[in-house]
Amino acid sequence: MTDATGEAARAAERVARQSYGRLVAYLAARTRDVAGAEDALAEAFAAALKSWPADGVPDNPDAWLLTVARRRQTDAIRRRITRRSGEEHVQLIADEIAAASAAPAEIPDRRLALMFACAHPAIERGMRAPLILQTILGMTAIDIAAAFLIPPATMGQRLVRAKTRIRDAGIPFRVPEKEELPERLTTVLDAIYAAYTKGWNEIGDTGTPEMASEAIWLGRLLVGLMPGQPEAQGMLALMLYTEARRPARRDAAGAFVPFEQQDTAEWDLARIDDAEELLHAANSAGPSGRYQLEAAIQSAHVARRLAGAETWPAVVALYDRLFALTRSPVVALNRAVALAEIEGAPAALALLAPLAADARLQSYQPYWAARGHLASRAGDKAAAHEAFTVAIGLTTDAAIRLYLQQQRAALPDA
Amino acid sequence: MKYMMLIHHDEAALAAADQKQLWADYAAFNEALAKAAGVEAGLRLQPSSAATTIRSTADNTDIVDGPYADTKEQLAGYFLVDAPDLDEAIAWAKRCPSSRFGSIEIRPLMAERGK
Repeated sequence: MTDATGEAARAAERVARQSYGRLVAYLAARTRDVAGAEDALAEAFAAALKSWPADGVPDNPDAWLLTVARRRQTDAIRRRITRRSGEEHVQLIADEIAAASAAPAEIPDRRLALMFACAHPAIERGMRAPLILQTILGMTAIDIAAAFLIPPATMGQRLVRAKTRIRDAGIPFRVPEKEELPERLTTVLDAIYAAYTKGWNEIGDTGTPEMASEAIWLGRLLVGLMPGQPEAQGMLALMLYTEARRPARRDAAGAFVPFEQQDTAEWDLARIDDAEELLHAANSAGPSGRYQLEAAIQSAHVARRLAGAETWPAVVALYDRLFALTRSPVVALNRAVALAEIEGAPAALALLAPLAADARLQSYQPYWAARGHLASRAGDKAAAHEAFTVAIGLTTDAAIRLYLQQQRAALPDA
Repeated sequence: MKYMMLIHHDEAALAAADQKQLWADYAAFNEALAKAAGVEAGLRLQPSSAATTIRSTADNTDIVDGPYADTKEQLAGYFLVDAPDLDEAIAWAKRCPSSRFGSIEIRPLMAERGK
């Protein structure tokens, strides 16, 4: 690769990172044709890589790409719309885009509207995160498929189907009205957080930690585009608290390290500061939602480990509020585990007893691991052995499996 | 966009409802639909007990006494709206009194040729 080619490729890549979502959103917002916008832009990027090495990188790559993409897109629309009224419509769109590409600093940022379209309740829940990752970040179906553990061809088909649905069902590109906003914002937050957890749970060689940083990037984008939304701030804070501990959750040999034993010197304190600031802003701005409460719980855990503060009562109180909001058995489980630190393991086990009937928990590894730890602390070796064994059987992560096996082997004789 | 709103009723739930109140609500809804959305009110079907279903193959035609599918909710009628997007169509579906007695399927119409 010559220097000029290299420079052009780097410029195209820079533009791709910074502007891909902005340009897709802008092109798609008027036609609701996401796939068409992506195609037009892909052709524009291909044309750029061909001509920039020869002609030099234009002063304003955004405007250049938009001009080429506009030509492709209006050609495509013209092929579909042939009547006179359609022709006027095409001209209107063409004029508008021409005006925008002449003053690219003023290209309206429609990424927020695009995110709301991708996470619309009429889109299959499992496809909302993949759609956002592809349209806003330009991730390929292959990379998304790897993170979501779905065959690439299947992911590709499902993405195409979802984009067709946006166009055919008439899913709007706009930020919902005030009365609908909290509910609709939740679907966007859940989609971004789902992408984050893909990047958090899968450790190792599949390249998914990148997914976690992409999700955090999306979280920052959302907070930037929608300032003063406490739940968006809460979700970003939650991701940052968790991400800050990533280096500490495995030791040098790759073994699992539980939270209470993590070396806090390995925590990323800058990220934690960021999270604290966001959480503070979120809590002062409005009432507490799910993400704010979860972030506040993380904040309490961090304060205990870093400053030795006695925060278990606060954690239990926060889980109470979270449970009132979600009625989730997982929240009830976590509350019981926190309560063991104040009232002892037998009290926590008594709280867990009614949860045993919940089918959702029967195949939930952390439930059995928690029962194992609590029974062990309560001196019930047989129950602990049994619970750890079920937890081991449910674990797919090798490091956690090894940790649980060690816990089981270390059970003292009663 | 034009959307066909296909109303499916739980006929038992509908029968148990306060009929006077229900049809008063419907009259108000139809009025709103005509004023705000500029569309004619839709059409109401007789209950599924009045339905007959036929299915033809190459050599014969089956005639079945009853609806297409024997499910709890049955097609009961429809109305059409012209809405800028799905959210607006969803808002009309929520307003329709039938949404309390079953479900409303929202289907965009195929665009007419040349438009």
